[in-house]
Parts: sequence; structure tokens; C-alpha cells
Amino acid sequence: MLEIRLHGRGGQGVVTAAELIAIAAFKDGFESQAFPNFGVERRGAPIQAYTRISKEKIRLRSQIYEPDFLIIQDDTLFGVVDLFKGVKKETKVVINSSKKLNEIFSNKLPLKKENFFIVDATKIALDILGKPIINTVMLGAFAQFSGLIKVKSIKDALREKFSGEILNKNIQATEYAFNLK
Amino acid sequence: MKTILEGSRVIAETIKMIKPSVVSAYPITPQTHIVEDLAKFKANGAANYEYVRAESEFAAASIVLGASAAGERVYTATSSQGLLLMIEVLFNIAGMRLPVVLTCANRGVSAPITIWNDHQDIMTLRDAGWIILFAENAQEAIVLHLVAYKIAEKYKIPVTVNVDGFVLTHTYEPSVLPTQSQVNKYLPKYKPQKDEYLNVENPVTFGAFATPADYMDIREELHNDIKNTQKEIGQEIKKVFKLLNVREKISQKEKNLIFNDNGLVEYYGVKNPKIIFLTMGSLVGTIKDFIKENQKEKLGVLKLRSFRPLPDKIILKMLKNAKYLAILDKNISLGESGVLGMEIKGAFFNKTKIKIQNFIVGLGGRDITEKHLSKIIKIIQTKKDQSVFIG
Repeated sequence: MLEIRLHGRGGQGVVTAAELIAIAAFKDGFESQAFPNFGVERRGAPIQAYTRISKEKIRLRSQIYEPDFLIIQDDTLFGVVDLFKGVKKETKVVINSSKKLNEIFSNKLPLKKENFFIVDATKIALDILGKPIINTVMLGAFAQFSGLIKVKSIKDALREKFSGEILNKNIQATEYAFNLK
Repeated sequence: MKTILEGSRVIAETIKMIKPSVVSAYPITPQTHIVEDLAKFKANGAANYEYVRAESEFAAASIVLGASAAGERVYTATSSQGLLLMIEVLFNIAGMRLPVVLTCANRGVSAPITIWNDHQDIMTLRDAGWIILFAENAQEAIVLHLVAYKIAEKYKIPVTVNVDGFVLTHTYEPSVLPTQSQVNKYLPKYKPQKDEYLNVENPVTFGAFATPADYMDIREELHNDIKNTQKEIGQEIKKVFKLLNVREKISQKEKNLIFNDNGLVEYYGVKNPKIIFLTMGSLVGTIKDFIKENQKEKLGVLKLRSFRPLPDKIILKMLKNAKYLAILDKNISLGESGVLGMEIKGAFFNKTKIKIQNFIVGLGGRDITEKHLSKIIKIIQTKKDQSVFIG
């Protein structure tokens, strides 16, 4: 079973991103589960959401304490939330930031350099969507970096949540991020 | 067909197919998504029910009471303080023998204010004369809602289906919804008999005055009728699982483990367990994983799908030769112990030598992890037996 923890702020679509990963993984033939860290949702407040992906039926209901993947949607959370709590040596991390790795971490890196993938999702979202809603950009980057879910499945998942112009732009944003590197 | 949807949506889709003619509710976290979905279905023309936005839960419960008394199939849903506000009406619904179905998205009770999950809210309804069912996951929520209407309308006893707030209502996971034709066949249109509903052509009274000459007999009859639904609830649950072909199966990694399901109670674990957990709702999933990962510990879990009626004799039989029974309550009768713990200890008095201990877990959304379960199996093997808070 693989466990993904998503960090962001209220209004950035953190919960929706967790759900989209679960829907996409299900479309790829996996069992999956997505749930929010049940906060009293407010715009701007730190939010967590979780996704589990497995070949077998998922019964576990507890929160995710030792994630295999971290998706960090907002670099202002560094120093505010203990983002790297419970990470393992092999945990892979996708961060939305305009900064470089050594600018984000002035001290020692919490994990090896290869475990990080940084994408300036806010800029991409502003260019494509015209709004700083970065979750679908992050999903494209996550699909690329993790190799876990097909970009086609994310697009199919998006079709279940959005329609019309918003859908098309989100698909474009996902694809753009997927083709980075 | 297997799909992945939010738990609340799955419940709303099931209710839509069951076709109540009146839905009334007042929104409260974490029940909100269920009633929002039902309102959307109505607004989009996908459903025909009368959707009544009530000004409070007291009103919502009163509206479904009235509609049910008029002979209609009805639905409502609530949580926590909302359920408490409904309580007076809910006692009346049971006493009037009205087949109301209510989903409780379980949440803790104030004060202090909590929006998170435990089972304190529904314990308030324990003595009201309702059948009380608990779902472990989205799939069971579908099954239990179908069974709820079947039993409610046949026996004229209201039923509540409990789903853990957030843990089930806000989680996306795969499940199989029935088809409309399966639902139509299983739950044909509700047609109460003459004398069973309000009708100007044939006047009847509901909830009339009862003097000491009658009151006690009427209460005894309701008590016996609830007890007598037990067997059929179990049979219907098994039937619907079979109909949807969704029974849980043992995987490759679980070859030494068994499922034993009689509908009311499900056992999962080793064939000859030393320690058995007993609890209700979504927590069972976490316990199953713990048992799978710790097969040397000889563990099992009994999942109670029906809290009222309480199938205590069936539980007793399913304990076999286990030495320890850990009863996990997500509620507390303050000043005494967990409610299920208290009841099972009473029911088993002088009937078994098994050591029973009660554990209070997960109040107000406190997460329950495998670490807590490890702690429980250590504590239960000591001599102490008072209720312990774990978390």
C-alpha cells in the first residue's frame, strides 16, 4: 500500500487533489481511498488530506503518519507546519515553489536531493487558469515524478469533477506540468 | 458496477433509488453533503421527492413524522446536536410505529464543541425504540439503507443507519451501488394497510393518550417487536450483500484468517482467537488490518452491525474459546463506562468465563491507530478490568 499526504492551505483544492488521485488510481485498476484531515475548513488555514493506493481492498481508517509521498502545495507552510513529520528515507516530495531547493532549505535537506521535485505551480496556474488554483498542476507534476498514476487517468478523473472551460484549462494545466522535467 | 464516490454521495444515490416521497432535513456537519446531494438531485430533476428545508432539526423530524403518518416513505439525516434537538420527536416516531429512516453521520456532542466523529450522539437514541444499525464502510452503508427501509416498513419500526462522520461521509472509496431495477424489486412502492395511516375516509389516531391500563402493554409490545426483528435483519443484510455480490473475501495474505458473517455480527480473524475485539462502525477496518499484520497474536474482531436489537446471544456463541474480550466504545456513559461495554457485561453475567474489559477510544475524533490497538492487547492480558481511556 502506498500512502500520500498532501499539505496546502484552504482554498487551494488540497482535498480535491487527494480525491482526484484516488479516482485516477481507481481508474488505473487500483483500490484507493481519499479523505481530508477533517479540519474546520477556512480559506488560508493549513489543510491536510490523504490518499491511499493499494492492490488490495483498503480497510485502514487512521490518518497517514509515515507517507510514501508528500505533496506540498504552498511553500509558506515551511516553518508553520511540521511537513516532514514521519517521512521515510525513500519518501518522495513534490513542492510548489518559485524557489530553488537550497533556497527553501537554508540548512540541511530533510531527504536526499533526488527525492525532491520542485514546480512553480502558482506561475503555471496563473498562466493557464488565470487563477492561483494549483492543485491540477501539482497532480501533473506528481504523476510525472511518482510514475504512480497515468496522466490519462487524471484527465478522466477531472472529467468527473469539472466541465466546460474549467475542465479544458485544468486538463491543459495537468498536461503542461506532466511534460515538465 | 464498482465506482469511486464520496461516502455521502453513495448514501444520497441509494436514497434517490429508494424513492422516498418526502425528504426533510436541516444541515449540520458532517451530515451536510448527504442532504446537499439530495437537494441537488431534486433541483436537477433527477428525483421526485418533496424536499422540505426545515427551520430546525426539531421541525425536520416533525415533518417526516407527519408525512410518514400520512402513509408516505420518508427520509431524514442528521448528526450530533441535530439529533439531540430531534430527540423528543424521535421517541414519538417509534411510539407511533412509523417507519421513518434516519441516517446519523456520527459526531461527538457539546460541550466542548466538536465537529469530529464518535458515537456519543446516537447513544441518546438508545432507549427510544429505534432499530440502530452501524456501517463499517461505504458498501455497508448502501446495504444497510436498503435493509433499513425493508425492516422499517414491514414491522413499522423506525431505523437509523449510522455512518462515522467524516471517516465515512467525507471519504472517497470504491463501492457497488445497486441498479434502479434491483432497488425497485427489493423495495417495491410503500403501501401501508388501511388503519396504518392518516386518511379522512378512514380516520385513525396516532400517539393517542394511554392510561395505566394500556400504556405498559403498548410499550411491552414495541419491545418484543424490536427483539423479534433480529433474525430477519440478519437475513436481509446477508440477502442484500448477495444481491449486490459485494461480500468481503479473504486475500492471499490472509489464508490463515476467516470471515464468519451472520448478518448481524461479522467475525474476522484467526480460527481459534485468544483475544477478540468487539466494536461498531469504521474502526473495524483499522482493527482488521491490525489483525492481518499481527497474525501470531491470535486475534479476532466481532463487528456489531445491529446495536438495537442487541444480538448478545449470537456474540456469546461467536466468542468460542477466546480468553479475552476487548470492547471498544466510541462513547461514554459519563460516571460509569462505555455503553456497549456495560451492556455486554450485563448480558454475559454468569454465562462465560472470558475476561471482558471496556476501552474508551476515539472521542471527539481522536485518531485510533495500530499503536492504540497494541496497547489494548497488552492491557487486557493483565488482571485489571476497569474501563480505560486509550488515545
